[in-house]
Amino acid sequence: MKVAVIAFPGSNCDDDVVQAVSDVLGCSVTKVWHRNRLDTEPDLIILPGGFSYGDYLRSGAMAARSPIMDDVRREVRRGRLVLGICNGFQVLTESGLLPGALLTNRHPGFLCRPCTVRVERTDSPFTGTFREGQVVNFPIAHNEGRYYLPPSDLEKLEKDGRVLFRYCNDRGETGDDFNPNGALNHIAGILSEEGNVLGLMPHPERSSDILLGCDDGILFWKSIQTWVERR
Amino acid sequence: MDYAKAGLRREEFEAIRSALKREPTDCELLVMGVMWSEHCCYKSSKPLLRLFPTSGDSVVQGPGENAGVVAIGDGWGAAFKVESHNHPSAVSPYQGAATGVGGIIRDILAMGARPTASMDGLCFGDAQEPKTRRLARGIVAGIGGYGNAVGVPTVGGKTLYDKAYNDNPLVNAFSLGIVRLDRMASASTARPGQKVLLLGAATGRDGIAGAAFASAELGDDAKASRPQVQIGDPFEEKLLIEACLELHEAGLIVSMQDMGAAGITSSSSEIAAKSGVAIDLDLDAVPLREGDMEAWEILLSESQERMLLIVLPEKVDAVLSQATRWGLECAVIGDVREGDEWTARKDGTIVAALPATLIGEGCPELAWPAREPDDLESRWDFGPEEMDLPCDWAAETKALLASSDLTGKNWIHESYDSMVRLATVEGPGGPVSVIRVRENGRLLSMAMETDPRKTFLDPYRGGAETVARAIRALAVSGATPLGLTDCLNYPSPEKADQFWELAESVRGMADCCRELACPVVSGNVSLYNETSRHRILPTPLVVAVGLIDDPSELLRWGRWAKGDRLFLVGTVASSLSGSEYQQHRLGVLRGRPLAISFEMEQEFVDKARSTAHLQLARSGRPIAGGGLAVALAKETHQSGTGALVHMAVPTRPDVLLFGEGGPRALYAVPAQKLEAFRKNWASFPLTEIGIVGGEALHIRGLCSLTLAEISQSLGR
Repeated sequence: MKVAVIAFPGSNCDDDVVQAVSDVLGCSVTKVWHRNRLDTEPDLIILPGGFSYGDYLRSGAMAARSPIMDDVRREVRRGRLVLGICNGFQVLTESGLLPGALLTNRHPGFLCRPCTVRVERTDSPFTGTFREGQVVNFPIAHNEGRYYLPPSDLEKLEKDGRVLFRYCNDRGETGDDFNPNGALNHIAGILSEEGNVLGLMPHPERSSDILLGCDDGILFWKSIQTWVERR
Repeated sequence: MDYAKAGLRREEFEAIRSALKREPTDCELLVMGVMWSEHCCYKSSKPLLRLFPTSGDSVVQGPGENAGVVAIGDGWGAAFKVESHNHPSAVSPYQGAATGVGGIIRDILAMGARPTASMDGLCFGDAQEPKTRRLARGIVAGIGGYGNAVGVPTVGGKTLYDKAYNDNPLVNAFSLGIVRLDRMASASTARPGQKVLLLGAATGRDGIAGAAFASAELGDDAKASRPQVQIGDPFEEKLLIEACLELHEAGLIVSMQDMGAAGITSSSSEIAAKSGVAIDLDLDAVPLREGDMEAWEILLSESQERMLLIVLPEKVDAVLSQATRWGLECAVIGDVREGDEWTARKDGTIVAALPATLIGEGCPELAWPAREPDDLESRWDFGPEEMDLPCDWAAETKALLASSDLTGKNWIHESYDSMVRLATVEGPGGPVSVIRVRENGRLLSMAMETDPRKTFLDPYRGGAETVARAIRALAVSGATPLGLTDCLNYPSPEKADQFWELAESVRGMADCCRELACPVVSGNVSLYNETSRHRILPTPLVVAVGLIDDPSELLRWGRWAKGDRLFLVGTVASSLSGSEYQQHRLGVLRGRPLAISFEMEQEFVDKARSTAHLQLARSGRPIAGGGLAVALAKETHQSGTGALVHMAVPTRPDVLLFGEGGPRALYAVPAQKLEAFRKNWASFPLTEIGIVGGEALHIRGLCSLTLAEISQSLGR
């Protein structure tokens, strides 16, 4: 399996993702600078977290217009997997690869802490080794994570089963008290229509080593590997 | 120009004139005024700083470089330093704190190290004051706004509230980076023929003479000082970090220097002096934000996110093209030559020509008179009998837990990214912060401590206690101290009793560092923390850094399990003098803190370390602010289980529950480890005090607190 991690100026979780994925899967992970081209035909492209271009215009807005995003779109059309984490999710919505927007948290301010999310489906390329409804700990660290979509689109998104992760408590129950940012329908992660693009606010790479507190992310990376290898 | 206008004293002016054998130019006077300010040259504190032990088995770089470096095994080192940004934060909380974080990160970077973890020491005014809330919010937002974006995790810190900081909050920023020892950068490696480059942001008028501003008492109209505060851009800093590390790794640079206080002047003259070379600067080549800047403004600008690089002539093109790749401005602004002169030219004319060594090292030291404060004896006049025993111990304990110093600081901790870089083993909120060093698989434990109230009451004892607290915390976690960095925050040294407090507390710190083998490798001094209305308490803040060879030797806290026996190691009778309880209950600051026994400290440290290494306990927490009761409550809260405490009360209950000082810790020991644990602590005061279990912290005969009540008091 080949993985490419795209680094924009201001990305700061690029090294973390490279480290977590290569540690867990032992596969080759390449970091690609945004000015270079994406020519290695990776099985998985990751847009990491951080503050691309300082988040100065709007989170993810500048990176979404970076030329390398044309390559990402091409790979999406070819059915490759694309994962946007945190700022990477913001880049995906800004570039139109995923619907909706990530607004300032309900209680404005950066929020970094452990966070439990529920796995809604296990038939996606990203969740095959989880149990349906499994509660996993993926830490969050963001200021703009409140997922928003107009009501009719949201209804369709739900109907199509494209909500893959939802904020919940440690028993898997959803509710405003367990929703860290006020995201509609407690949405933490969504899939594209074709199912090969995932945007995720929490950080699975921060949950990939038990020494650092939790390792639920290992199942996440293994799910992707299993899916890629089965194809 | 009048030398006094440049901030120089008469004797300093004379020293410059006699070194130059001519009258200095206006530009030279302004440059020297800043370089010989307290903030840049430590003229008041230098004789005291010599008291610190600075060498040890692990010390690779002691004080004098951008940061100290200690060996952490397998050819790797940790570069670290703490630095104050007090005055800017008082005037402009967000930017002041943000640029403090940025500056300390560049200091670490200048050693060739990858900045890996930050911590912040914050002293705020009375928590009830609206002004405190505004300043605290701004400062915390600034630290988060900068640190989060730049991708260096903030893994811990220390926050305290006292009315002494109402007008003059303290912001002490600490950063640590990992460096390969054979690739450390240094300011002493420049050689004639090499080029001087400026990488990063363009130079503007922000923060001009900020170092001089930091060296005087704060004016009552703080807003008038806004132009002396720098503006930070974490995005630029992130690019600068990556670019510098890449250039360093590729062997493209000979030396690099952070541009902090006094900007181009201090960075370039320091390299010239340390390398024993001359440097010629061409100010016309400096990329400017504003076209009409005067020579002295360019020389003294403290615009952020800039680094000075020394580069071999044949590598200049490669450096310039790398800079372009990172979208950073980069310009050749000077040459390294033989000699010892530091020269600046503008429009083809020499505007300043000074001996490099004179700039950084020539300032005459000041010997301020020191006098024991007249009220010292009355500060000590306190006996616990002055305090009534509370009739409701539960209410008293809850109120103490909810007090501004002790209550949970989640609103601060969670606003910082504490996890980026995947190294954080124990983040903010615990007695120490622990990171994993991926390069060699070991752990670094870091403890930030300050105890200004005890330092005020008895500067020697308070200074020693501050250092001891940090070393105790390291030991309980299983770490061996490698070195320590200190930030000395004090009011004006020009008042004899205040200077005495400074001198005595430094003596206490130095003795403790020496006796417990924890050398001081870097530090910073911030004096003149006072206004016409208030002076701050003497506030020495330290961060001790220790090594844990293997993750299996880390002892964590907040891990009680049902059936574990609870032990108090150390004295049962400590002191309420200068304690959180005294402050909270009486609102006074009186009494004499406990004297320090270095033999006992050393024994504690050895035994605590073996407890961790052999995992003789399940959970261990040093006892510090708030005493035993607060340690019990925090362990209860974090473990999610209660305990029955059934110890005898050989002293006043308030002293037992809330007393502070001395080497003490609270351990939870599983049944199968009891014998080994007791044996380990034989010959040291050890009291079995209870057993873990139940839904409440029940202290027999005194109080019972449910888990929910404790959580509520701790604010989470």
